[in-house]
Amino acid sequence: MSNTYKNKILIIFAHPALQKSRINVELCRAINNIEGITFRDLYEIYPDFLIDVHEEQRLLLEHDIIILHHPFYWYSCPAILKEWIDLVLEYGFAYGHEGTALRGKSMMTAITAGGSEDSYKIDGVHYYHVRDFLKTFERTAALCGMNYVPPFVVHHTSKLDTAQEISVYSDLYKKVVISFRDTDIDFKTLNEFKYINDYILDQFESWSV
Amino acid sequence: MESFLFQAFIYLLAAVVSVPIAKRLGLGSVLGYLFAGIIIGPFVFKFVGVESESVLHFAEFGVVMMLFLIGLELRPELLWRLRGPILGLGGLQVGVTTAVIFLIGFFLGFTWKISLAIGLILALSSTAIVLQTLNEKGLMKTEAGQSSFSVLLFQDMAVIPILAVLPLLAAPILGFTGHTTEEVHQSGFTIESLPGWQEAIIVALVIATIIIIGRFLVRYVFRFIAETRLREVFTAFALFLIIGIALAMQIVGLSAALGTFLAGVVLADSEYRHELETDIEPFKGLLLGLFFISVGASIDFNLFRQEPYLILGLVAALIVIKLVILFILGFVFKMRRSQNYLFAFSLAQGGEFAFVLFSFATQNSVIPIPMADTLILVVALSMALTPILMILNEILLQPRFSTLDQRPESDKIDEKNPVIIAGFGRFGQIVGRLLHANNIGTTVLDSKPSQIEMVRRFGYKVFYGDASRLDLLHSAGADEAKLFVLCVDDKDKALEIAETVKKHFPNLEIVARSFDRRHTYELMNLGVKVIHRETFNSALELGASALKLLGFRNYQAHRAALTFKHHDEKSLVDLHKHWGDEEAFLIQTRLKNQDLLELLSSDEEDKEENMDHSWERPGT
Repeated sequence: MSNTYKNKILIIFAHPALQKSRINVELCRAINNIEGITFRDLYEIYPDFLIDVHEEQRLLLEHDIIILHHPFYWYSCPAILKEWIDLVLEYGFAYGHEGTALRGKSMMTAITAGGSEDSYKIDGVHYYHVRDFLKTFERTAALCGMNYVPPFVVHHTSKLDTAQEISVYSDLYKKVVISFRDTDIDFKTLNEFKYINDYILDQFESWSV
Repeated sequence: MESFLFQAFIYLLAAVVSVPIAKRLGLGSVLGYLFAGIIIGPFVFKFVGVESESVLHFAEFGVVMMLFLIGLELRPELLWRLRGPILGLGGLQVGVTTAVIFLIGFFLGFTWKISLAIGLILALSSTAIVLQTLNEKGLMKTEAGQSSFSVLLFQDMAVIPILAVLPLLAAPILGFTGHTTEEVHQSGFTIESLPGWQEAIIVALVIATIIIIGRFLVRYVFRFIAETRLREVFTAFALFLIIGIALAMQIVGLSAALGTFLAGVVLADSEYRHELETDIEPFKGLLLGLFFISVGASIDFNLFRQEPYLILGLVAALIVIKLVILFILGFVFKMRRSQNYLFAFSLAQGGEFAFVLFSFATQNSVIPIPMADTLILVVALSMALTPILMILNEILLQPRFSTLDQRPESDKIDEKNPVIIAGFGRFGQIVGRLLHANNIGTTVLDSKPSQIEMVRRFGYKVFYGDASRLDLLHSAGADEAKLFVLCVDDKDKALEIAETVKKHFPNLEIVARSFDRRHTYELMNLGVKVIHRETFNSALELGASALKLLGFRNYQAHRAALTFKHHDEKSLVDLHKHWGDEEAFLIQTRLKNQDLLELLSSDEEDKEENMDHSWERPGT
């Protein structure tokens, strides 16, 4: 079955209190049953934070695109994802002289942020762009020899009240994942976009024309 | 009877008075016993007289027991590793010393037969004094201690051929009286009448029997006896075993000490080892004390008064000759300087075997009686001087070496493990396995023979014994251990053990399993700091699993359980001060429960109280 897809996708998801979330729960629902993707809910699998490094590395090897999906906490990721990065992206595996296991794969961040897109700029509350804050992830990918894909971002989550509004994003997220699964990625075009959101919207526009 | 009681009274009184004084003065118990013997002996207070010689023979059984205990500490593979020092160092020591004394005697104009006999006899050192002193000073595990032990072990074996050779050296007129030993005469049955090859077969058979019984059968007997829970029967059996082996060895004409040593080595792997040690130890200690007293009492000061200079000269010569040879051998065997001094000073004396061998030699007309008496006195004096020589070495020579050089080599012997686990049932096993998996050595004590048998099949080493007994704790190494893991399932026993450990090993940290709150408080009152209620954590984990099955996120359930755990553990400590005051305790308990409910409630309106509300703020 998996042979029929262009790319195998691994979603590393981290949310410490999904039972209280409104947006992420919908995002997850939209993608976690798509065929050909592997969904890993870190807090569910490792409630005691004892990450099985070998298993995680094995999964990384089996997939082509890694999506780090999490709420944007303090301009970064929740604690367990940091733990996962620290332990799984090991020297000699992911980086370093012989650490070539992830070379040529792609990595993307999918986040939900409370602030509006406007608040993430030099005259906004947060002063920097989201992409600026995500530089650590971008460099992490680069150091592992992975292509970094522009992030999928949901802004201003506190203003998303109705199921209707939320589903706009969950549909979009689903389209991102499916498009990654089924098509070759043109990194050159992709990197012209700030967020992957825009690229996908662009694509669908051009299709519908 | 009366005179026996009086004798016992005198011996014990002398020991009780002089040994603690000697210990206090830093002279060691051996010197204390020897002085006690001299004081009650025929030349000072005359409380004991000629019969002290028979007491000496009886007390020699203390040496037999000591070797059994030493054997218990030496696992077979360790003994095998010592084969080099035993045969090499031991063989050379006996050989060279015999040769040198033989040559000196010969040039002084004695016949070669007399010279050889004296050389052989004086080559031996005193197992009893040396090992007791080294043990007391905690030096057995040093390089010098190990080497001394190896040499002494070789000497013990050498006694057998020496006994066989001595009659051949007899003066021709009196002739050959047979190759029996004094001990054999006492046993009432000998195999001397059999041809040599049959004798050899019987000796081999007896040794094989000891090994087979020790290795395969004794365990079941121990278990059977241990299950009766009658301690004295266990002690009786242990004594029976040693005496039985000693008798068997005497019948075949071998040294009883060697036989029991062998039995000890065979039992060194046994789970009843510590129990055996603690049972035999007091007997050994008393008999050995008695032995030293008798040595002191047997020093013939009349003879000394007649020829003081000759005697002193001989004593000095004996000590110097042995010392120099030992020192050279230590040098050849590349011992470190400080260790070499200790080694040489330890073994530079005549041994208790000399008493037996000299009287044997006179019986066989090898050595004239006056000469033997003089030499026996010389040996006794050299033995009495040994502890003093060792103290001199300690005070005058050792300080010249850096502390680094003096550091005992700890890895040579055996299992002084950092952790002692008391109770190896369902609970202790998990603790033990965790420590084991992290390469932490544990000494495990359990008092259920069936349990020991069961876990032994899984390759665990568990010793039988009641961990509330001080002596057992000592032999399990509680003095040197870092941590005591208390996992017994008997509430009162646990308290008893904790109390004993706290009292006698105040530096040994305890981690304890408790039964419930009440038990936890009782342990806390004894000063135990780390206590885990036996069912608390598993109940919490089961609770977390239940929450999960009811639809909680795994991490949420995990945190709820942890929150509960920390709250409960804190309130356990907080409520300790109300323990004993029933009413206040109940009120406080209720208040604490209220706190917990509030803490755990995830009521949406109650956000301020909610523990992880920051996770549900904007970015979710």
